[in-house]
Amino acid sequence: MSTPKSLFDKVWDAHVVRKIEDGPDVLFIDRHFIHEVTSPVAFLGLETRGIGVSFPERTFATADHNTPTINQHLPVADPLSANQLKALETNSAKYGISHWGLGHVKNGIVHVVGPENGITQPGMTIVCGDSHTSTHGAFGAIAFGIGTSEVEMVLSSQCIMQPKPKKMRVNVNGKLGEAVMPKDVTLYIIAQLSAAGATGYFVEYAGDVFRNMSMEGRMTVCNMSIEMGARGGMIAPDATTFAYLNGKELAPKGEAWDKAVAYWKTLPTEEGATFDLEYTFDAADIEPQITYGTNPGLGTGISQNIPLANQVKDGEASYKKSLGYMGFAENEQIVGKPIDYVFLGSCTNGRIEDFRAFASIVKGRKKADNVTAWLVPGSHVVESQIKEEGILDILNEAGFELRQPGCSACLAMNDDKIPAGKYAVSTSNRNFEGRQGPGARTLLASPLVAAAAAVTGVVTDPRELI
Amino acid sequence: MAYDKFTVLTSTAVPMPIENVDTDQIIPARFLKATKREGFDDNLFRDWRYNSDNTPKPDFVLNNPIYSGKILVGGRNFGSGSSREHAAWAIYDYGFRCVVSSFFADIFKGNSLNIGILPVQVSPEFLDKIFQAIEADPKSELEVSLPEQTITILSTGEKESFAINSYKKDNMINGYDDIDYLQAMKSEIKTFAEASLY
Repeated sequence: MSTPKSLFDKVWDAHVVRKIEDGPDVLFIDRHFIHEVTSPVAFLGLETRGIGVSFPERTFATADHNTPTINQHLPVADPLSANQLKALETNSAKYGISHWGLGHVKNGIVHVVGPENGITQPGMTIVCGDSHTSTHGAFGAIAFGIGTSEVEMVLSSQCIMQPKPKKMRVNVNGKLGEAVMPKDVTLYIIAQLSAAGATGYFVEYAGDVFRNMSMEGRMTVCNMSIEMGARGGMIAPDATTFAYLNGKELAPKGEAWDKAVAYWKTLPTEEGATFDLEYTFDAADIEPQITYGTNPGLGTGISQNIPLANQVKDGEASYKKSLGYMGFAENEQIVGKPIDYVFLGSCTNGRIEDFRAFASIVKGRKKADNVTAWLVPGSHVVESQIKEEGILDILNEAGFELRQPGCSACLAMNDDKIPAGKYAVSTSNRNFEGRQGPGARTLLASPLVAAAAAVTGVVTDPRELI
Repeated sequence: MAYDKFTVLTSTAVPMPIENVDTDQIIPARFLKATKREGFDDNLFRDWRYNSDNTPKPDFVLNNPIYSGKILVGGRNFGSGSSREHAAWAIYDYGFRCVVSSFFADIFKGNSLNIGILPVQVSPEFLDKIFQAIEADPKSELEVSLPEQTITILSTGEKESFAINSYKKDNMINGYDDIDYLQAMKSEIKTFAEASLY
């Protein structure tokens, strides 16, 4: 009998073009996403070398990182951003790459539009010059972020050179409690493992919590894998995956669909497959989470106090620097802290389920006067769904407005910057110093926790509002 | 495309004993708007280095003239977060050719190797010794030998080995990169692609 194989091994091994002794594997890449910020220098590199794009039909371009989220019909005011958007358009046209630029009906955040158009499929290898490419692992694909030199590598050869990472499995079993969302599950795992706890590993998420999760929820979880250092995370494809993909524009059709599903069903990890490291958590231990520090590992259950320095894995000096930046102190209660901004959106939580959850709390309530709220859908498709489902009416009624799709305040490359010193409860993925604007203070949380803060003006346990 | 060849580097070092230095600190997102690979050094550690009115923050190590050199020594989990290669470019453009830490984030490590910066991972104990040596004498030099895969604190003679795979080691010593390698594999890749399921 052959050795039982993991999902990760099956997909990786099926893509190795060549193994280099005491070196990386040459890995074939099925799908490559590019955006305006990390691709221009890669295209410049191709020109300098006098080489072209080998497989342009395998690369997809979308503009998202620096795009404005209001008045998208007007010319982009910032000349540097406009220049990057123009470069993406020109380079895509020159090499025959599909381009969903600003204003295109399919435009949106790269990790939202890939799955919703059926580009992302189980068993694929997928890369993009963006660390949250790990999102696509929700479909049982090996998906990870790369640097610009590697973008040039993939454009020119459709391959990448990577040493095979170690394997980790994270199991979460049991039933999730009230108001506990996929974002809480991932923030909980990261807090347990720390921001570097999975560095060097590729993670598979297993157990009934993930089996019972929607594709949107699985994407949120896989998206955040990089925040504990993992190159990527993945979840075995199942009936939920197939139901999501069936009928999507770029998914296989007819006989090809049947053949693909038959193959995808062979991918899940076999009984007895081994992992270099394995963790198991109980769903009952997870409450709604919130971060209080300046890396995503510094988070806790919302009812808890900020830990003492000796209770966290970070060194004392780094921990105190982190709390100092946030204006917090050890052992303080987090609930009740006043906040200034709420950001709902990003490749982590900019999908339709996130807006449904947010609306479920704000329905019949009013936005707190002290809060500025930016609600940014992940794509035009999500934006349309928000309108069709009547969610926009609920939001407007409660005093909220909807902006246009893009990465927005997640990384604050456009004008959506949280001012210095202000507190933002954010559904995005990083609470690093200055991430959401110079001096901005970020508390990462789920859409439900964000909604509870938006209507009360302070950090609030959403279970009190359900 | 060839970058500087790396063999033996002997230099003073800049100490940054902070953990989890993420790439948003190394270069904030608002400075990623270039379409050319030049001039990133001005924005290296921008918000730690400068006040909002662009005056230098005197207590930040890069603004302290006592410290200089081609080696940056950082705390555990250096380079976490965003995949932006701009972080490695900024470090390179500033003049660093080697970053030493007890633990590197994966993507940063790969990006560094791809542009000719050597990431040297040492034990936490050895990292402490380096910080102590620089604190005792900011002119204390480190010697990083890629052929020997060793890093030495010259003032004390203490030495440690570091790991690097032989493919990347040869690339750095000779100034080759992965694209040179992959261009020579084109027909093999084409055959592979024709059998692809997707």
